[in-house]
Amino acid sequence: MSFINYASREINCKIVYYGPGLCGKTTNLQFVYQKTAPDAKGKMISLATETERTLFFDFLPLALGEIRGFKTRFHLYTVPGQVFYDASRKLILKGVDGVVFVADSQEERMDANIESLENLRINLVEQGYDLDKIPYVVQYNKRDLPNIVTVEELRRELNPTNVPDFEACASTGEGVFETLKAVAKLILIDLKKGK
Amino acid sequence: MANPQMVMYDEEFKQINVVIEKLLREANAKVIFLVDKNGQLISGVGEVERFDTTSLASLTAGNIAATGGLAKLIGEKEFSILFHEGEKDNLHISIVGGRVILVVLFDSRSSLGLVRLRVKKASDELTTIFNRLLEKAEEKEKSGETDFPFAEITDDDIDNLFS
Repeated sequence: MSFINYASREINCKIVYYGPGLCGKTTNLQFVYQKTAPDAKGKMISLATETERTLFFDFLPLALGEIRGFKTRFHLYTVPGQVFYDASRKLILKGVDGVVFVADSQEERMDANIESLENLRINLVEQGYDLDKIPYVVQYNKRDLPNIVTVEELRRELNPTNVPDFEACASTGEGVFETLKAVAKLILIDLKKGK
Repeated sequence: MANPQMVMYDEEFKQINVVIEKLLREANAKVIFLVDKNGQLISGVGEVERFDTTSLASLTAGNIAATGGLAKLIGEKEFSILFHEGEKDNLHISIVGGRVILVVLFDSRSSLGLVRLRVKKASDELTTIFNRLLEKAEEKEKSGETDFPFAEITDDDIDNLFS
């Protein structure tokens, strides 16, 4: 849950990037990090293996600016995508305010996408959340690759509830900020409702 | 929801700082942080400017979460104290009132025994303050009283953030 600090006039929210292994969650954060002004970001932390696979999480704090005199800060996290890191994924979902599901558009990763999405839903329920009720957006990543599934099919399989979705190529940055803005906006709208 | 929303008011914020500043002196510590279990920094006293407090908060919470996961695997509720010993500096991490993490950084000018002793006393005081904070938030919610700054925001306010 978001943390509202009246003493320092700050609101802190947590966004988690979820998705199958190698779908580009860390790449999303790296691009955001590269393109954000130094005064608006903190250090990016990656707890990764020697081969740069995420081991526990990546973390990037962002300051978006002020709303009504309150500084809004977003903490971006990624989960480790590989199937066997499920225990770690559950921990990172604790206290989440919004989720980005990063799908790998390549044909051969379709099953992995579906499995990861089901895993997300189950892990959220364990933490007391319902994916259909929290701020949630989907990103179809790797649109630049040759062997990709059409957006219509991805939508049918991965976004039946029609949440905001975006085509992206995280390595060049296309769609990365659009995705982040969309989930941040949903979180703020949720806060406005006083949830 | 799993965790009720954490709200911090001026009054309690000051009281908390009084407690941890006292702890800083009595335990002869270098820095003390209070972090929420979700990884958000609540407050810090001492040589805070020397550290990347945001990263520290997030990693501490990750650490506590991972250790908590380990505890559950072996049938423990949680490990309420973690101690990391370095060449010069040490970290004493403890859970206060079940939901807040107290981080004490100290060097050879203090000792683990002293830190443990002082942390125990400060934890009780902090628990009382955080319980009161929780009650206050619940009361406000019940009475429907809202001083929530975001209730009034418009779509334009939100859009302006991204312009």
